[in-house]
Amino acid sequence: MIKDRYDVVVIGAGPAGSVAARFAAENGASVLMLERDREAGIPVRCAEGVSHAGIEPFIEIDQRWIAAKIDIAKLHSPNGETAVMYNNGTGYVLERRIFDTALCNLAVEKGADFLTKADALDLVWEDGKIAGVKYKYLGEIKTVKCDIVLGADGVESRVGRWAGIKTNLSLEDIDTCVQYTISGVEIDETACEFFFGNEVCPGGYIWIFPKAPNTANVGIGIAGNLAAKKGPKVYLDEFMAKRFPDARINYTVYGGVPTAATLKQIVKDNLMLVGDAAHQVNPITGGGIVQAMIAARIAGEVAAEAVKTKQFSEKFLKKYPKEWDQKLGKTQKTMYAMKDKFLGMSDERFNNIVSFCQKIPPEEFSLKALFTEAVKGDPKLMLEVAKAFVVSKIKQK
Amino acid sequence: MKINRELCDVCGTCVAVCPADAIIVSEFKVTINNEKCIHCQNCLKVCPIKAISEGEA
Repeated sequence: MIKDRYDVVVIGAGPAGSVAARFAAENGASVLMLERDREAGIPVRCAEGVSHAGIEPFIEIDQRWIAAKIDIAKLHSPNGETAVMYNNGTGYVLERRIFDTALCNLAVEKGADFLTKADALDLVWEDGKIAGVKYKYLGEIKTVKCDIVLGADGVESRVGRWAGIKTNLSLEDIDTCVQYTISGVEIDETACEFFFGNEVCPGGYIWIFPKAPNTANVGIGIAGNLAAKKGPKVYLDEFMAKRFPDARINYTVYGGVPTAATLKQIVKDNLMLVGDAAHQVNPITGGGIVQAMIAARIAGEVAAEAVKTKQFSEKFLKKYPKEWDQKLGKTQKTMYAMKDKFLGMSDERFNNIVSFCQKIPPEEFSLKALFTEAVKGDPKLMLEVAKAFVVSKIKQK
Repeated sequence: MKINRELCDVCGTCVAVCPADAIIVSEFKVTINNEKCIHCQNCLKVCPIKAISEGEA
């Protein structure tokens, strides 16, 4: 039975929403999570790649939502050369539909209420303060009161805008994407592959992530400011015609990925934003699942603490962005500073980097080596790269 | 601005880049409020399937 009042209302039941709801509920808050779709995890607007180390703190690994185990990454340069890199630990390609449901179930097990087909329409204000959420459920407009609204409503987030936060991304800071899930193709089932080049994929990359024997997610993300005349679908279809002319396309999905630094303001009195809604995405890789879960855990715990101590001011809730900044926000900022260098480089330069990387043995080749080579000649960025990777190493330990 | 709903996948990419808060996703449809629209064409440029064009809805 859905109540009229909760401590926390979470909008969106993706990984960000589910993890935030779970940690808020686990720490004593009453929580309602609203999902616009008919279930968590659909439609799957995602390439589905994650690292074992990234998701393991949040959920017991279950074969039901692992499509493929990944050992290596293959980077393809514009001139067709390939550099192979061993993953830093195991990687997975997920079945997001099942994975998201599992995360959502964890929130419900901890006591969160969950409502699907519930479309959030606006915030409810009382005496100039955010006091609840207006939503549409089965044709009826409903209101639920709460002390904290937690917006986990994705790249198309409206929650922040309702609260007066400027959340719009510039065209440079969004990737416009298309992905096909294809079958009947020959792929390396243990490798995630990446293709770069200004001709095939300006300002982004094309990926092949295996999902099953002869089945893969093949997608493209290109920088929003370079997509006006020729959209990502045209580029992807050109790639498909060359690489997989006989593929069967089983699933097509479109979407946008924030490639910015974290939004400057992610809390306000009675309000928090997490995940894509807060632009918590690695701006170079476009990976957002683990980032969202890490942020959501902090947000959920801070929300529960706010409920316990009855402190809902922006000043108190700022514990969340502060901790996020320490954990990952700063690294994201460094990645953002490197984004243009890395994804905006000339094909010639990229060819050189891949041929340089080919000389490094795969077991010693790492993202650090790649980025260090990419920012060579820019001492400030080189220092940033070194710092970012030292920090992430320490945190893994 | 005008949306071709036959093409639109309701992915919300246009919403994310709208500086005028003129686009919403609701009930599995994208709607552009032409009174708020400032015709910057961000949505049109970023739409992955080019479902948006200039013109009244």
